[in-house]
Amino acid sequence: MNVVFYLLAALTIGGGLAAVLLKHLVHCALATTVAFAGLALLFLQLDAQFAGFAQILVYIGAVAILIVFAILLTRGSELPKGGVFSPSWFVGLVIAAGIFAVLAWAVLESVRAVPQQTAIPDVTVRDIGNALVGRYVLPLEIVALLLTAATIGAVIVAMHEKERPKP
Amino acid sequence: MTTPLAGYLLVAALLFAIGLAGALVRRNAILVLIGIELMLNAANLNLIAFWRFGPHPEALTGMMFAIFSIAVAAAEAAVGLGLVISIYRHTNITELDKINRMKG
Repeated sequence: MNVVFYLLAALTIGGGLAAVLLKHLVHCALATTVAFAGLALLFLQLDAQFAGFAQILVYIGAVAILIVFAILLTRGSELPKGGVFSPSWFVGLVIAAGIFAVLAWAVLESVRAVPQQTAIPDVTVRDIGNALVGRYVLPLEIVALLLTAATIGAVIVAMHEKERPKP
Repeated sequence: MTTPLAGYLLVAALLFAIGLAGALVRRNAILVLIGIELMLNAANLNLIAFWRFGPHPEALTGMMFAIFSIAVAAAEAAVGLGLVISIYRHTNITELDKINRMKG
């Protein structure tokens, strides 16, 4: 627990809070990007270099851009008339606070029993690649198929339909 | 005093709660998707933290789980935002409480 961890945690949590609370959707997308970057830096802090850079590539490079595209394509930069929060916002807030309380209680109660490995794991990208095409080759193929299907499906769902004459 | 693992798990729990609150409280469908992405990211942080401080990091299980989870989350974001754009094309709204029929 050093200063870097607290700074990165504050960056991530602040980005997440801003993403949920800000009014303009474009600002929300920017704050989400900050939260994603903080998470990638936390991964690097945890000596998971590959996951950290994959997070930067996938989330900051692709998902954030996709969110901005969706906001601009759906006229989301204008403020809605009925406010940005739903009428039942208080119930949602209570549910989220309750779940955080339960999770924090469970973590603080049980973490003493968990063994703490403090040595830095000696894992290189070569090991990850070998594991991906060795032991985890079937999940890798399934994920490849899923990504292809999801991309084609997203294009088909969002494609502009021609006006059909009503029967 | 808390251990490093507890610190990471608490950050992940807080981020999960923030994402859940965003998904439950906001009216815009895109903000709900952002909340879901934050929740998935919090789960990934848990996986990586357990991989780092667990007994057998060289087995790479937590790392692999996080990498596959990132890939699945990317697919989910693509399909979800495609659905939001399609709904907007049909009905001209993105507020979830105004979407009250499934027929286009």
